[in-house]
Amino acid sequence: MINNTVIARPARAEAIQNPKELLDCFVNTREDFPIFSKKIRGYPLAYLDSAATTQKPNCVINTLTNTYSNTNANIHRGVHYLSEEATAQYEKARQTVQRFINAKSSKECVFVRGTTEAINLVAHSFGQMCIRENDEIIISALEHHSNIVPWQLLCQRTGAKLKVIPMNTQGELLVEVLEQLITPKTKLLAITHISNALGTINPIAEMIQFAHNFGIPVLIDGAQSAPHLKIDVQALDCDFFTFSSHKTYGPTGIGVLYAKEHWLEKMPPYQGGGEMILKVTLNESLYNDIPYKFEAGTPAIAETIALGTALDYLMTIGLEKISAYETYLLKEAELALSSIPGLKIIGTAKHKAASIAFLLDDIHPHDIGSIVDQKGVAIRTGHHCAMPIMDFFGISSTARASFGIYNNLQDIEQLVNALYEVKKIFQGKK
Amino acid sequence: MMDNNTVISSADIRSLYQELIIDHGTQPRNCCSMSCADCKGEGYNPLCGDQISLFIKFKFDEANPSFEKSEENQMSAIIGQVTFQGKGCAISTASASLLTEAVLDKTIHQAIEFSKAFLDSVTIKSDENAPNLGKLTALAGVIDFPARIKCATLAWHALLSALKSHCEAKQLNTEKDIYADI
Repeated sequence: MINNTVIARPARAEAIQNPKELLDCFVNTREDFPIFSKKIRGYPLAYLDSAATTQKPNCVINTLTNTYSNTNANIHRGVHYLSEEATAQYEKARQTVQRFINAKSSKECVFVRGTTEAINLVAHSFGQMCIRENDEIIISALEHHSNIVPWQLLCQRTGAKLKVIPMNTQGELLVEVLEQLITPKTKLLAITHISNALGTINPIAEMIQFAHNFGIPVLIDGAQSAPHLKIDVQALDCDFFTFSSHKTYGPTGIGVLYAKEHWLEKMPPYQGGGEMILKVTLNESLYNDIPYKFEAGTPAIAETIALGTALDYLMTIGLEKISAYETYLLKEAELALSSIPGLKIIGTAKHKAASIAFLLDDIHPHDIGSIVDQKGVAIRTGHHCAMPIMDFFGISSTARASFGIYNNLQDIEQLVNALYEVKKIFQGKK
Repeated sequence: MMDNNTVISSADIRSLYQELIIDHGTQPRNCCSMSCADCKGEGYNPLCGDQISLFIKFKFDEANPSFEKSEENQMSAIIGQVTFQGKGCAISTASASLLTEAVLDKTIHQAIEFSKAFLDSVTIKSDENAPNLGKLTALAGVIDFPARIKCATLAWHALLSALKSHCEAKQLNTEKDIYADI
């Protein structure tokens, strides 16, 4: 079997505060990612779109190849060697997820297709169990469509009402409004940890505690936080936490719903089929134990195992170190971008992740994105699946540069130079 | 399979963002609504949020006493004025602005044929000489930027939609299924 040891820069025991130390820690990280040996249009790849999806390290890519080359079989059912090996690796990945988010038990970690499916699962199952006509669900104005639409659908099905915590022009939630929104009919609070569109980090620990004072369970959309912050679901005490593998340096097609054990025990299944049953007759079926009750059908086995590799890779580097490094890049990028005449940053919350949405003069973000692409710079442009946020700021779209562990100061410089090229092409017209 | 040595080549972005496109994209012509429009078309690109409303006014043969009523007059009417409103990138705005000038004095048939010729010029690579598209050849470079083709064509799809609904509303028979492929 190919040795699939995770190769990453060793974690350092002492706290790192010095920018030079941070830069030294991550100076060779790009070498772990084969895609950075590519030139894009003759330029090094300045990949500033990690909020959309992350690039993958060799160890993750090797896990996929290794699984299909050496241990490929369906899991949980077979008695032959390959099946036992595949099952062991799949369940080992579940334990890795448990460690990554510090869940009490791996039974609380359900594998789904991604954050979107995780939220839909809760909306469906928790919704079926707990939500009735005139009940209320609270979300925020900062949500990605995947944490808005499932709740809208649930409200349409049940006659429940959706309420929204507003935000200010810095992109910060008006958390104090939460108290006014809560009524005896409030049954769930669903909040993003970090806004994908603005980078705002919400004070979720405080919000969870507040909601729990009223007996209201809380779902946290962790798609943008799991790759960048150390997550401790026990410390947060959230009822549900969701994240996606492909945003966490793992493959596409897999994600995690963490839910407290008592919720998973009580909630009805989401999808029916094989794996999630203990016994099936033509009259009725007996459902499997958790988490399998919520894992119908054959999962993305190799991808799940590779997710485990990705999380091991991150934990070897250390999430606190990753967070510190990305905060450093954020500050440097904000400084550099703010010095460009006509550049306006959208989303200026006091607590932000390493993601900067911006406008440049009156130039449409789509034009900005196309032109910087010619200089090897990959940013995202558009509404970022957050149309309500765009509406709030009275704009149709933004350009967004988002950072990952492979980014460095050269990427920031490349972006700034490309933006000056955009200004040159538009020659200050309008 | 691409190896690490494959060079992702650079089409010259300046071939797309020519002076004419920047000019029309930042200072578009005929960018306003029209209260007396004969027909209207909408276009929306959900990928980027580009949105356009197109307004068309026809000029009829006023010497004919029942000038608006006859089908013959409807079909021989020429486009007298086109305006647009909307939010969009420089490419979609420039394309709309150039459209408002390019289709003036064309009949419905001529406008449809011209639109199809333009749409072909930005979606199909061809060695043949492009039909005379005038200033719109400035947008030909978009074919090297597939993600931007929808920007260049948005206003034209709005135009075709407007003309189609106008013909349906007036119950005008169009030759040879002129709306095929739209």
